[in-house]
Amino acid sequence: MLRGQVTKSAGLFMAVLIMLVSFLASVMLGTTDIGFSSLWASLTSYDPTQVAHIILRTERLPRAVVATLVGSSLAIAGALMQTMTRNPLASPGLLGINAGAMFFVVIAVSLLPLHSPADYVGAALLGALVAALLVVVLSRGHQGEFSPLRVVLAGVAVTAMFVSLSQGLLIIDQQSFESVLYWLAGSVSGRELPLVIPLLPLFGIALLLCALLVKHANALMLGDDMVAGLGLRAGTIKLLLGLVVILLAGTSVALAGMIGFVGLIVPHMARGLFGVDHRWLLPACALLGACLLLLADVASRFLMPPQDVPLGVMTALIGTPWFIYLARRKQVS
Amino acid sequence: MTTSPLLKHPTNLMGILQLRRSWAVNGLLSLSLLASIGLSLCLGSFPTPLGEVLHALAAPRQSDIAFIIWELRLPRILLAVLVGAALAIAGAILQGIVRNPLASPDVIGITSGAAMAAVMFLALLSPQLSISWLPLAALCGALFAALLVFLLAWKDGVSPTRMVLVGIGLAAAMGAVTTLLIVISDDTAAMVAYVWLTGSLYAAQWQDVMGMLPWLLVAVPLCLSYARHMDTMALGDSVAQGLGVSLLRSRLVLMACSVALAGAAVAFAGGLSFVGLMAPHMAAKLVGRQFARLVPVSGLIGALIVLYADLLGRVAFLPKDLPAGVFVSGIGAPFFVYLLHRTRHRRD
Repeated sequence: MLRGQVTKSAGLFMAVLIMLVSFLASVMLGTTDIGFSSLWASLTSYDPTQVAHIILRTERLPRAVVATLVGSSLAIAGALMQTMTRNPLASPGLLGINAGAMFFVVIAVSLLPLHSPADYVGAALLGALVAALLVVVLSRGHQGEFSPLRVVLAGVAVTAMFVSLSQGLLIIDQQSFESVLYWLAGSVSGRELPLVIPLLPLFGIALLLCALLVKHANALMLGDDMVAGLGLRAGTIKLLLGLVVILLAGTSVALAGMIGFVGLIVPHMARGLFGVDHRWLLPACALLGACLLLLADVASRFLMPPQDVPLGVMTALIGTPWFIYLARRKQVS
Repeated sequence: MTTSPLLKHPTNLMGILQLRRSWAVNGLLSLSLLASIGLSLCLGSFPTPLGEVLHALAAPRQSDIAFIIWELRLPRILLAVLVGAALAIAGAILQGIVRNPLASPDVIGITSGAAMAAVMFLALLSPQLSISWLPLAALCGALFAALLVFLLAWKDGVSPTRMVLVGIGLAAAMGAVTTLLIVISDDTAAMVAYVWLTGSLYAAQWQDVMGMLPWLLVAVPLCLSYARHMDTMALGDSVAQGLGVSLLRSRLVLMACSVALAGAAVAFAGGLSFVGLMAPHMAAKLVGRQFARLVPVSGLIGALIVLYADLLGRVAFLPKDLPAGVFVSGIGAPFFVYLLHRTRHRRD
């Protein structure tokens, strides 16, 4: 673990650098490599007759932006979920978000003429919201408190329900199975900027709320009484943090499909390096999550060309050795 | 039903009431399991009245109905019961060892190991090798995964937290390989693999039942003999050590039971998820967390869930025979939600 303000700041700075390099790599590398000069030119003086410029504007740049957004959002959402439930196994999916999104996407695909993952965004977002609301309603105790065990149990129940319904539909309707399969494995390609921009305010609101709640998240880790000591009700804080998680993870699932690994495991990596204080933990989660997803996305283009390896797969393959190393090394609290 | 001195409740009346409640719950669940087995024997694409079923049971190999009952329905029903019980008990053990309500064979890598091995078998070896080797491949996968979790989590003993963390890490990696294999294999193989992952009891035979039974017969009594250790470990490592429990040995034995149960279940029925997670919680809501009471009730609930899931899959969408895994949570989740709702005034 990194100790002391200076070392931690240096660590974060390194993470920023790695993220920038990965972002550039994601934009420049692929089946056609794009040089630095044409990258600059396409940003300053866009020329729609040049192939490189078109690739950059319509494919590479949105892809890198989506990977960054989704990676950091999922990691932050995961860290907050683990804090809220005081459970290292919690992930954003525990609020039913992934299962709800999956169910609505499967229904939408079998009923409506949808063709690409870009068409799934609306359905996925709606599904994530519905499922998360259901979990919140179910996990509320009679005095408005959210005990960790109840949140976990309600999450498990709702997830189980939606997953089984989706599986049933997929097995009955084989055609939608084939088109949804790639979405289920997660991907950031083929999402153009006009699709991403309307979702940006949601990410913005969530991050702002998250920044305001950092101190409360720290208190929550120590117990509900500590939050009461700050003059606030633990139930309210958990509800607000839950809202942050729903916004971040819901939009991520809508944009990129099922990427399970980041929300569960990046928070543990960040904790292993930067400790449990949310003032360091959350920025670290954001940076590490973005790095992991960007690098995984780059690697996924080269593993078995011309096909992309699903992003969810690549993230897990790259991240696991790292994660197990950290889990073994640190003194687990 | 003995408890460690520390756990003994000050008022004996409470204890007696709880004991009675546990007997009542066990009795009710066993009766409904028997009734459900009877119901399942009657229903199918060719419904049979109960009288004929009993007649056929008494005289095997003498009529077409006897063939249907003995060779098609009975093995499938028994396998559902065994698999459900095994998964639920495996979950109860794991949740106890790692002291985490989210632990289950799915989360901690056992199911993922079996799934990876099975999908590898289907995608890479399937045309050359007979499908009857699939359970063996899955079982090897489960054992391999559990061994890997244990080895990687080993560092002067195994702490539950480290085991959980390593488990979810490995589960993620093996899940990734599974997804990758499904995506790169052709559509038919992908569908077969997906149905396997969902969990299905289709075409279960007597040899499957006989393959499944020994695992339960060995693992369940073994884990019950460690019930007191489990209850003491629930109080924390230092208390348990102070009371003379060998943490390492208890954990190893209990973990081995859980792996054997979950691995065998997955081998014969595929990746039936959520049974191992939900059933122990339902049981705990009914009889509390004391291990010796939790195990039988969890097993009965698990058996009931999988039995009804398979029954629905067999008869609800005739002539289609849908995998039981689709209905497992469909049956379990609403009941679970109801239990949650009913106990909302209780402090957890």
